[in-house]
Amino acid sequence: MTAGTVSAAPRGAAVTLAGALNSALRDALRADDDVVVFGEDVAVLGGVFRVTDGLAREFGDDRCFDTPLAESAIVGTAIGMAMYGRRPVIEMQFDAFAYPAFEQLVSHVAKFRARTRGALPLPLTVRIPYGGGIGGVEHHSDSSEVYYMATPGLTVVAPATVADAYSMLRRSIESDDPVIFLEPKRLYWQKESVGLPVDTGPLGWAAVRRSGTDATLIAHGPAVPVALQAAEAAAADGLSLEVVDLRTLAPFDEETVCASVRRTGRAVVVHEAHGFAGPGAEVAATVTERCFYHLEAPVLRVTGYDVPYPPPLVERHYLPGVARILDAVGRLEWPARRTAAA
Amino acid sequence: MTAVLDAPMTAPAPAGLPRETALALYRAMVLGRAFDTTATTFTRQGRLAVYPSSRGQEACQVAPVLALRPTDWVFPTYRESVALLTRGIAPVEVLTLFRGDRHCGYDPRAHRAAPQCTPLATQCLHAAGLADAARTAGDDLVALAFVGDGATSEGDFHEAVNYAAVRRAPVVFLVQNNQYAISVPLAKQTAARTLADKAAGYGAAGVRVDGNDAPAVHRAVAEAAERARAGGGPTLVEAVTYRMEAHTNADDDTRYRPREEIASWARKDPVARLERLLLADGTLDEAAAAAVADEADGLSRTLRRDFETPPTCDPAEMFRHVYRHPPHRLRAQAAALAGELAGAGDGERADGEQTDGEQEEGS
Repeated sequence: MTAGTVSAAPRGAAVTLAGALNSALRDALRADDDVVVFGEDVAVLGGVFRVTDGLAREFGDDRCFDTPLAESAIVGTAIGMAMYGRRPVIEMQFDAFAYPAFEQLVSHVAKFRARTRGALPLPLTVRIPYGGGIGGVEHHSDSSEVYYMATPGLTVVAPATVADAYSMLRRSIESDDPVIFLEPKRLYWQKESVGLPVDTGPLGWAAVRRSGTDATLIAHGPAVPVALQAAEAAAADGLSLEVVDLRTLAPFDEETVCASVRRTGRAVVVHEAHGFAGPGAEVAATVTERCFYHLEAPVLRVTGYDVPYPPPLVERHYLPGVARILDAVGRLEWPARRTAAA
Repeated sequence: MTAVLDAPMTAPAPAGLPRETALALYRAMVLGRAFDTTATTFTRQGRLAVYPSSRGQEACQVAPVLALRPTDWVFPTYRESVALLTRGIAPVEVLTLFRGDRHCGYDPRAHRAAPQCTPLATQCLHAAGLADAARTAGDDLVALAFVGDGATSEGDFHEAVNYAAVRRAPVVFLVQNNQYAISVPLAKQTAARTLADKAAGYGAAGVRVDGNDAPAVHRAVAEAAERARAGGGPTLVEAVTYRMEAHTNADDDTRYRPREEIASWARKDPVARLERLLLADGTLDEAAAAAVADEADGLSRTLRRDFETPPTCDPAEMFRHVYRHPPHRLRAQAAALAGELAGAGDGERADGEQTDGEQEEGS
């Protein structure tokens, strides 16, 4: 199969998450002449994770190009291109290497529409591979979502499945607002049988990935498969856990989350990012505010520790796993008959 | 005077300038001076929260705008009020940011003028990106970014000139070297001989021009724009000038610069200098000068009259343009604020949300 025919893959063909992102970029470049892809090493090399593989060859240097090694320049020039009418899709090579561009993202990308009262919306997508679990050396494993979630004007999305990776990237590129598109590094090589192109619906909606009746696990990105494993393990113990994949972090889908928690009465938020002022703090606060009288127990969080991301040889002790999730579930104030089971 | 200032100009004053251009420069600078003086008066009357004066920098702000085409884009900082006025933006719209009713008083697309930028040097990258997009589209527009001497120390300035040079993006970086970044003199910003010298490190063209000589600035920018349009890449134009007022009305410049220094630059005033030049060579006569002065008086009068009417602010507007489709939370917060304003809502609840608890308490 050539790279150019990925999106015509037969329904059900196995495709990696990175491959689905590549197809989404290719299909977006084909669908709209204003889409441009640029960043560090994205053209000749095809990106350090090969997400942009083959795009420069197919679409030429004006549509997909390597920039000088300067992240603020990548975001800042994307703003100018969007002002001109382009739809830039830019790559920050790694989570922690996006920080030099923080001022452009927070002071300009997030605010341009508001400060010009709609005259200059910025339809641009910032792709950021994020999170750990890949044995990366220092500064290659940050879960940086909360910095963007805390900035009004940004839409922050974090797909966890191959189908969502494709669909949500297409939807992000089509959005007239700037989108921070967080790619779960450790799921890049995960395969699913998905026919592309696929549309999983508009941004802004969570999805129930597994139905359950006893408690709700709320996760996003790389924590979703871990939450699903925990639900599977709990089922063996007779506990029925529902798993909600947030998918979009800002604005997040309070309705789907709260509807689930109202059904189950218990909730655990799971993510890889730090717990203190982390993404789960907002979810837990919202659930508590809106579902208080349905809750049988305090909303708990299972998160990364409040430490700088540790060296790769000990990262397995940092990352929230099935055991920690089940431990939290066990602490959800179960009636006596449940305690033993949990 | 420091050694940096003694470095030679590399863009000398032109011998001749078309009469229409010379008169247009003169008119716009006189109008700009009147506008600036009126705005400074507003700060003393409390009608403007803050105002960074352009006084003394009129040649640097007027000449670049008049050297560009209407199809070109300008990227101003907060100090470019006179440049924006020259671009054709209504005086009251130029001052909206400082009056405080809106972040940007004009339509950036209509005037091809980006919103006034307060984060330093960040606009240089916007100019580079817009110009690069135009280049790949075969559009011959040029983007001009205004930037100050202090901002040349910022990382974004470096990234922008480098990017534009690598991509041969049609950009003019117009550095107004007014000698101070608030209180910090140029000698503490750079060890370079001149700011124009920095261009060499990027492989860009660099020229240094007397920023109080309007015809010289006009020619330097016109040449830079022409080079950019022809595919020659960006030019860094250093215009050497002086900020006659404090940084803003909130600043006290007696703490960091001697009065004699200001007096010495007053003798180089760009408006008076151009007037002397044009009267001497016969381009301007007393009657024409008087007509421009009348027009400037009219501008000030109109601006004062416009400021008699307090701005109308709609607090709900803060929610309106954050996203194309306001999400649930913003709609709820907008509704809560509307309730507060109507005096009918529950002002103690920030999100205007019907909580689960309250629903159940009522049942």
